[in-house]
Amino acid sequence: MSAISMKVNGKAVCGEVESRTLLVDFIRTNLGLTGTHVGCDTSQCGACVVHIGGKAVKSCTTLAVACEGADVTTIEGISKNGALHPMQQAFHEQHGLQCGFCTPGMIMASIDIVKRNGKKVSEEVIRRELSGNICRCTGYHNIVVAVQSAAEKM
Amino acid sequence: MENFNYHRPATVNAAAALLKKSKDGSYMAGGHTLLPTMKQGLAKPTDIIDLSAIKGFSGIAVSKSAVVIKAGTTHMEVATSAAVKKAIPALWEMAGKIGGVHVRNRGTIGGSIANSDPAADYPSACVGLGATIITDKRKIAADAFFTGMFQTALKAGEIITAVSFPIPKKSSHMKFPNPASRYALTGVFVSQDSAGKVRVAVTGAGPKVFRIADMEAALSKDFAASALNGIQVKAKGLNSDMHATAEYRAHLIGVLARRAVAAAK
Repeated sequence: MSAISMKVNGKAVCGEVESRTLLVDFIRTNLGLTGTHVGCDTSQCGACVVHIGGKAVKSCTTLAVACEGADVTTIEGISKNGALHPMQQAFHEQHGLQCGFCTPGMIMASIDIVKRNGKKVSEEVIRRELSGNICRCTGYHNIVVAVQSAAEKM
Repeated sequence: MENFNYHRPATVNAAAALLKKSKDGSYMAGGHTLLPTMKQGLAKPTDIIDLSAIKGFSGIAVSKSAVVIKAGTTHMEVATSAAVKKAIPALWEMAGKIGGVHVRNRGTIGGSIANSDPAADYPSACVGLGATIITDKRKIAADAFFTGMFQTALKAGEIITAVSFPIPKKSSHMKFPNPASRYALTGVFVSQDSAGKVRVAVTGAGPKVFRIADMEAALSKDFAASALNGIQVKAKGLNSDMHATAEYRAHLIGVLARRAVAAAK
């Protein structure tokens, strides 16, 4: 077991993990932050996307021990003072989710897309850059609309 | 995934020493092939030597004649580098077509090349541009580096530190991605150097990246898509799976090669 410490959603956290513990398991099991989901566990579906140092990554394909000292943001860390993040609000308003399982990863990926591409991000770019996030119920139309709507407000 | 000893050295020498000391250790760069492989039980290293904390292990330097990319540089860094875009647009474009955003944020050029996945994109850029693979021990020409499916010329413990791509006169990369995995079902990288010499490298279609001599000879005489008319790629020895037959891949090579030549800049 190794002792690790990192920053998650702005707070210093620490824990004891095995070398093989994945970041997503540390987040869900040790920290009890169960908003980050494991969909496929094979780095395909994107339900586990979190930000490390501001970059969107798949936490099911990242070792917790490798995140020593890292700055991690999960879906729980994006609302401010009880108000939904503009991306969460847009998914809600535009019906960008149905069962909601993929939504945490979709939202973390979408925030990253808008941060890199700006307010005028095109539908084409959104669709291309969401290729690592899979939704099995709504299809992607309303998700893309939600991202575009949030981009204007971010 | 079975447990292992985890190491995070700060220098290449320390990494090499740790691997030598381990019973059956493995280097890890972005981990985006190694970790999925370990989850499936296909790899069970006793030790993982994580190269991501090595100082000076990532970065891009562009000179008049070459683009040198350090081994730990992520696909995202290459795909967003204005200097790479200007020097070798095809390489820049190719990096942006690897996996998805999250994969590009973690996957590295060194990891991709060391793995020699038959469907990976970087091997085609290395062979298609005549790159040199630089390790902690020596320099290896790309043509001699990829020796087979998941096989390279790297000796036990040897670490890739950088890849040097000569800047061509023209180049282009065309990829037919598997719509689910984004790996190349077939990909073709074409380049023409200042002396007119042409390279055509194919990935995804065979057990490893390979060149097509007939196409290179025809294009060296006349760098036009029409120069490839009549050149049939043989299906024998090409990959055949649930996604595409060997015959289909052979056909794709011709289509993608013609498109690549037409789009080369």
